[in-house]
Amino acid sequence: MTRTPNSRFFGRLDGDIAGILLLAALLIVVLPLGLDIFRLNMVGKYLTYAFVALGLVLCWGSAGILSLGQGIFFGIGGYCMAMFLKLEASSPEATKIQSTPGIPDFMDWNQLKALPWFWEPFHSLTFATIAVVAVPALLAFIVGLAMFKRRVGGVYFAIITQAFAAILTILIVGQQGYTGGINGITDLRTLKGWDIRTDEAKLVLYFVNAALLIGCILLCLYVRRSKLGRILVALRDKEDRVRFSGYDVANFKIFVFCFAAALSAVGGAMFTLQVGFMSPSFVGIVPSIEMVIYCAVGGRLSLLGAVYGTLLVNWAKTMLSESFPELWLFAMGALFIGVVMVFPNGLAGLYQQFIAPRLRRPAGRRTDEAAGAPIIPPHTAAD
Amino acid sequence: MANSTDYLLAVEGLTVSFDGFKAVNDLSFYVDSNEIHVIIGPNGAGKTTVLDLICGRTRASGGSIKFRNKELTAMKEHQIVKAGVGRKFQNPSIYDDLTVFENLEISYPRGRTVFGALAFKRDAAVRERVAEIAEMIFLADHLDQRAEYLSHGQKQWLEIGMLLIQDPELLMLDEPVAGMSVNERKKTAELLNKIIQNRSVLVIEHDMKFVEDIAHRVTVLHQGKILSEGSMERVKNDPKVVEVYLGH
Repeated sequence: MTRTPNSRFFGRLDGDIAGILLLAALLIVVLPLGLDIFRLNMVGKYLTYAFVALGLVLCWGSAGILSLGQGIFFGIGGYCMAMFLKLEASSPEATKIQSTPGIPDFMDWNQLKALPWFWEPFHSLTFATIAVVAVPALLAFIVGLAMFKRRVGGVYFAIITQAFAAILTILIVGQQGYTGGINGITDLRTLKGWDIRTDEAKLVLYFVNAALLIGCILLCLYVRRSKLGRILVALRDKEDRVRFSGYDVANFKIFVFCFAAALSAVGGAMFTLQVGFMSPSFVGIVPSIEMVIYCAVGGRLSLLGAVYGTLLVNWAKTMLSESFPELWLFAMGALFIGVVMVFPNGLAGLYQQFIAPRLRRPAGRRTDEAAGAPIIPPHTAAD
Repeated sequence: MANSTDYLLAVEGLTVSFDGFKAVNDLSFYVDSNEIHVIIGPNGAGKTTVLDLICGRTRASGGSIKFRNKELTAMKEHQIVKAGVGRKFQNPSIYDDLTVFENLEISYPRGRTVFGALAFKRDAAVRERVAEIAEMIFLADHLDQRAEYLSHGQKQWLEIGMLLIQDPELLMLDEPVAGMSVNERKKTAELLNKIIQNRSVLVIEHDMKFVEDIAHRVTVLHQGKILSEGSMERVKNDPKVVEVYLGH
């Protein structure tokens, strides 16, 4: 019996790669052709949440670790980018009417006389870019180390992450002079002299965002198809068996939690760039839970499902909020209950149960076994 | 060393108490190299707790467990596994969502760190070893099947296979034939006799017929203490054992 070794997984066109190409075509060709720049920018904004959903597919779907605090990492990623942009927008010339020129406007309003020390390195784009990924990953590492080494898991872990989300929101709102408070960091203008508010910039940023997302999906696919991906599934099933097979389970949980945090942070940074501000309303408990719902609706076991779920729920949210703003929260609650009770594997689960078998048969394609497909259980595949 | 020992496994004065209840009380026993040692005893005698203590799942309140003269009581679970102790759980503990091949592959002793697992390649050595073990545990034709769909007996064999692939020096089995059909039981005894080459096996079992078939030495536990120890023949005729256990 021949098997496809790991190294050749990317070398052939299998179902997952085909699905990713389809998504890439949709994001990079179909949507830019079909939508005006206002709507396209909106889709770009939705897609930044898809980074969070991808992280949740690995963390929650594969490894069974539910984090209700992914907004923390999305927010920190976004803030790191916003700090750089804000400093660039606060040049001494642009802020000469302030009592202290050269510092961000909200600091001036709060009677700060100098730039706080932790803002200083954010003058550098390189530093800010590294910080976008490194700071959330480090925070996730510390939280993960504290929790998983003590074998805190399940509901307890979910509640603790939620508490962290609440704490960070309170901290940001309370430290107005340093963080911009409840308004967040607003009025961002240029990136290295390039105006990010123009339509052309929005179009370019949309494509950068879409390309990054596709890149992250491929990265996630690589992780899932490695032995590490299978160990994550194994420890979701039987944690003790993994431990008694010689693995230090906590390290694997810490890794996947940090990985999900870093992905979320990339989304946050892209959000700041495309939307032009960052505020605590993307950090707290409600946005964090919304992000879990995107993932759940799309299918927490499916990378592509999570992306489509994010797009769909956000589109529904925009539609509903435009016509019936007060209904959205109820709709979201109903959606979550519906997903949990009726279709626990989300849209991707429905697709696999009803549509995929129909697609496969009439086309007369070789079955998975006959094609010598990699042995990945059907539901852990990407679509 | 003053208290060094020639035994593969030396358990001395082992005690564990849960809220004052001593599940295992000042227990001492030894396992030789290449010995099949069976622990029997009525329900609640502390049999499974003894295995939990050896593999690090439960922490001892007192006493020592020495494996090749290495103290296990202070080690973490995965370190104990790396030292050469493998443990099978009472209920088949396998990964339902993975295939038989993947179940065995995860147990293959390589790439056990995070980055090792990320870089792990399914090379010829892995495939050959998995195939070899699958043959041994009667699952060669089921490699691509999800473990969820195996029968109860096959799941038990798979878990034994997952241990074999680690090649432990000491294999601990908790009721390996419980819930098996007569035919499966026979095959399991055959499997156990095959795998004991070059290793020691510590077995908990209720099935007396099965114990007679495989045991080199039997320890009878009762209320966390040793009631009797020796060959099956001796233990069977011990009046104390007959009274608390075999008589019923």
